Amino acid sequence: MGLYLLKRLGGLLATLVAASIVIFLALEVLPGDAAEMQLGQNATPAQVLALRTELRLNRPAVERYLVWIGGMARGDFGQSYSYEVPVSGLIEQRLQVTIPLAFLAMALTILLALPAGIFAADHHGRPSDVAVSGLTQLGLAIPNFWLAILLVLLFAVALHLFPSGGFPGWNHGLWPGLRALLLPAVSLAAVQAAILTRITRSAVLEVLGEDFVRTARAKGLSRPATLWRHVLRNALISVVTIMGLQFAYLVAGTIVIENVFYLPGLGRLVFQAIANRDLVVVKNAVLLLAAMVMVINFIVDLLYAVIDPRLRISRP
Amino acid sequence: MTPARASTIPGMSLGRGLRHPSLCIGAVLTLALVVMALLSLVWTPWPPDGIDIPHRLLSPGAHHWLGTDQFGRDVLSMVMAGAQTSLMVGVLAVAIGIGLGVLLGASAAALGGICEEALMRLTDFTFAFPAILTAIMLAAIIGPGTLTVVFAIGIFNVPVFARLTRGAAKAVWARDYILAARAAGKGRFAITIEHVLPNIMAPILVQGTIQFATAILAEAALSYLGLGTMPPQPSWGRMLFEAQTFLFTAPRLAVFPGVAIALAVLGLNLLGDGLRDLADPRLRRRR
Repeated sequence: MGLYLLKRLGGLLATLVAASIVIFLALEVLPGDAAEMQLGQNATPAQVLALRTELRLNRPAVERYLVWIGGMARGDFGQSYSYEVPVSGLIEQRLQVTIPLAFLAMALTILLALPAGIFAADHHGRPSDVAVSGLTQLGLAIPNFWLAILLVLLFAVALHLFPSGGFPGWNHGLWPGLRALLLPAVSLAAVQAAILTRITRSAVLEVLGEDFVRTARAKGLSRPATLWRHVLRNALISVVTIMGLQFAYLVAGTIVIENVFYLPGLGRLVFQAIANRDLVVVKNAVLLLAAMVMVINFIVDLLYAVIDPRLRISRP
Repeated sequence: MTPARASTIPGMSLGRGLRHPSLCIGAVLTLALVVMALLSLVWTPWPPDGIDIPHRLLSPGAHHWLGTDQFGRDVLSMVMAGAQTSLMVGVLAVAIGIGLGVLLGASAAALGGICEEALMRLTDFTFAFPAILTAIMLAAIIGPGTLTVVFAIGIFNVPVFARLTRGAAKAVWARDYILAARAAGKGRFAITIEHVLPNIMAPILVQGTIQFATAILAEAALSYLGLGTMPPQPSWGRMLFEAQTFLFTAPRLAVFPGVAIALAVLGLNLLGDGLRDLADPRLRRRR
């Protein structure tokens, strides 16, 4: 287990470093003069020169990269050009929206998908199974931001049950915050629940066909007991794989959904930073989003090993 | 005995296809999308960019079947013309993915060793970067636009097809007839072209349909965010973005483009599922 953990950790660090290099090259080296790009065409030469010095653009790229990463390691993400505050504070504040939103959406996904998938597999071939499959096809086809707009139309414009957007902050108590995040979380969860239902259904069906299930039934174990004790644990491996990938998609999906609901999260920050040409914020926020995705994938890899001991040795 | 047909997907015939409901619905919806896009090139009820302020925000009626938007543009014409954008982005993004992905995947399977290992690590890395992040970075560098979207989705498609191709190609490389071909003195390149690629077309075609649907969704999302297609080029995602301002006065504007996206994606997904079932009937029982 120790060696497995070490190998995975090494892989994670290597991917993170590679990602930071790609982001650095893409945002600071490829565009040519980042200061000119950031200030736009109306800037005076003096302004450009000042920003160039501030961003250390006159220093070699390798040095700038190392300063960026070194600062990051100490929690110093640099200064935002458009907000005129440290980027670290800005990101910390925005994460208080994005992280609860992603977790709420993931929780809804699991709550919807696992029972639906197990139910469909258990009723394989019957009309209820076909109905679940039809619903999942619909869930896959509806764009999450459109569902978000429809939910706003129904629950905010017509029924006045939920706010149509914005975020009151957590200092007004748990409920107002959750209320603002619920519609966004449902729009994010619908698509992912459709995917996870399909995966759960086919994983359960596959395990139901295994010999050990027939053995369990033959030794007198009831159908529900077999399902819970033997089938689910074995089906969980492929389900957890997809859940990890989905969490990564949820994190990326918050970029779109936060913009529909005007939620002040990390996704909206990245988006506004692009509009303001605030490259320091874009650079750090994109790396942070990518890092979140990678860390999630890393945790999923570890979970495999917990669920399936065979993988601890055999995975290369 | 039926006569053997060269280079067709096994089990695929018109008669079996017609008996498969999801394949039929998927094919009809996909065909409708293509017909709508082609038709809009030569005819739309009104010009899709024809601004007519006196007739703004009209409800659906005899003259404007789906009503008009805030500039008096005909919604049906815009939805029809929007199909062009979706189709174009889908075709180009999948073409980039299949072109580069099959090349990389087939090379990895043919060469093996360090090349294969390097390729797999590279695809791992690309997977860690969701398409939307790539698009955001591209938009920050080269500015928003349809091409930005095509590149971002195309890049994301490359590892999808590379992995699929490598896996399928490796299975073919393990077959006896490949051994026979090698014994006959054929090179790796010739074997890949003559034996491997024709045998892995089915899964690539199926995945292509699915990625096509994903591309349509991604284009809509990015154009909604203002990172994709720019006006005056019509785009379903862009229409939804503009409709959001009028949610209280003209909520129907937020409905039609969404229905168009959902039907296009549903059609392609069903088509992909149906093709997969036809190509591999063993899966059908489980699905």
